[in-house]
Amino acid sequence: MITKNLAFKIVMYALLAFLVLACVMPFWMLFVSSLTSETALAKSGYNFVFTEFSTAAYEYLWGVRGSILRAYGMSVLITAVGVSVNVVLTVLFAYPLSRQDLPGRRVISFFLFFTMLFNGGFVPTYMVYTQVFHLKDSLAGLIIPYLLMNAFHIMMMRTYITTNVPKEVNEAAKIDGATEVQCLTRIVLPMSKPIIATIALMALIAYWNNWTNGIYFITTRTDLYGIQNYLTSVMNNATFLQTHSMGSGVNFKIPNVSVRMAIAIIAVIPVLLMYPFFQKSFVKGITLGSVKG
Amino acid sequence: MVRNAASKAVAPTLTQRSRKSARMRQFIPLYLMLLPGVIYLIINNYLPMVGLLLAFKKVNYSLGFLASPWVGLSNFTFVTKTQDAALIFRNTILYNIAFIILGNLLAITVAIALETVTHKMFRKVSQIVILIPYLLSTIIISYIVLGFLSHSNGFINKSIIEPLGGKGITWYNQPKYWPYILTIVYLWMSFGYSSILYYSTLIGIDKSLYEAAVMDGAGTWKQILHVTLPCLKTTIITLVLLAVGRICYSDFGLFYQVPNRSGMLLSATQTIDTYVYRSLLELNDIGRSSAAGFLQSILGFICVFTANMVVSKIDNESALF
Repeated sequence: MITKNLAFKIVMYALLAFLVLACVMPFWMLFVSSLTSETALAKSGYNFVFTEFSTAAYEYLWGVRGSILRAYGMSVLITAVGVSVNVVLTVLFAYPLSRQDLPGRRVISFFLFFTMLFNGGFVPTYMVYTQVFHLKDSLAGLIIPYLLMNAFHIMMMRTYITTNVPKEVNEAAKIDGATEVQCLTRIVLPMSKPIIATIALMALIAYWNNWTNGIYFITTRTDLYGIQNYLTSVMNNATFLQTHSMGSGVNFKIPNVSVRMAIAIIAVIPVLLMYPFFQKSFVKGITLGSVKG
Repeated sequence: MVRNAASKAVAPTLTQRSRKSARMRQFIPLYLMLLPGVIYLIINNYLPMVGLLLAFKKVNYSLGFLASPWVGLSNFTFVTKTQDAALIFRNTILYNIAFIILGNLLAITVAIALETVTHKMFRKVSQIVILIPYLLSTIIISYIVLGFLSHSNGFINKSIIEPLGGKGITWYNQPKYWPYILTIVYLWMSFGYSSILYYSTLIGIDKSLYEAAVMDGAGTWKQILHVTLPCLKTTIITLVLLAVGRICYSDFGLFYQVPNRSGMLLSATQTIDTYVYRSLLELNDIGRSSAAGFLQSILGFICVFTANMVVSKIDNESALF
């Protein structure tokens, strides 16, 4: 757009500035509040300005670091396994679908695509996983349901292979005696690195942020909880931290009010620190995944 | 002679057949590659579709699903006998309509703002920062909301209402505020995503269109009206229709965790998804839960299907099929 309308420009700059602040300031509030003493919080509440500096919340969390580190470890484990399997399944499904000469390709495409149109919803899915496959209270219950494969990503990847890997290259390799597996690993995979990175990143975010599998499929084994479910428990169960601190021998009073903000900060900081590094892939994933790839 | 002719006639079909089976054999590795994915789709997607039939059964865990008796439509009586069905469908659909209209308006405005801003650094930073909320889990978002709305320590009560002489509002007990709160939270967490989508279409617009419009004497508003919006038309229609296709579904975290699971807010926060979850896992009412889920799946399918038919009429590229 070509505009000399100064008022319009000012409004647009102001709008963006406001929204940028709206996206950043809440974290500042969490941060400041987590470093404020309980008495100051009781008086003036969560705030954007420091009133009475205190590290009590973090000292307390340091005392229960065992349980927090454990939750982090579980998150890392679940995400690592989930993303690896997800990427392997996606590649293995997308490559055959990209082969125009595969008999039955249309049927298989429809088999995949139909799952995007119609689904059984929560109750039957829950029943299948808990009553038929008995994934309740197991690590598999946090990894397998819902997240292991994404039909959108498969279609994105399939389109990428058909448009970016020339058929002729594959055929030439075949004439030289390459097997299908060699074609996939030596030709298609190296040429599809960018799309694989994007899909892996989207899967990583999905696994890292997931907490619904935790509340659906975990009832007693809370030791399997990742960091997101740990946060859910702290929020919904006032005694959760108390029961966790018993074991670690911390017996001073819990700074309940600031601790809530401190734990949110601890959960969010790694994500914010990593974000600049994957920001480009993330934007690409968004613009690719929105409409059919 | 005759024999020769016959063998000549048979021979090609034999080689054809063996060639065909050799051709098929060459695809076996590809089919094997598909196998794990197909198994997963059967477990994760197709078995639950069959499981929709549970809505017509009285489930008895000790008998198992197959032996549980059929009960016709009796699980669906909650639709006529209670207010539940009307409430959850109303909430789900009205929230979605508000989200679609406001979300797209905001996103288009932001996309235009991003394009108007000529300061490179500011534009870059804005693009990065507005995506942060989309990156967070709903749990983190619910902590942020708690920071603002907590009754005894929240920023709004302690720093805005009470200093002005008002009495702190018990946000988590009063449903009347939640349609606004949830809409704001939704816009906050999702506007970056759709803004970037619109912006990526905007930067693709041919600059000469604007130059021509300026030559014809078009000001800022005329350019938006006659160049920008028409160029965004397909993106707008596609995004709106895809959202309409999901009008029976809601973000579970937004409606369950952000209101802090408060039971007093149900009239404003209960959607089909939270209702199905609560009925099954908190009230153990599998009949009602599966019946509500059944309605959601069927209506959801009709919506997605219709929306996609319309999308494919308008813009074949963006349709799912």
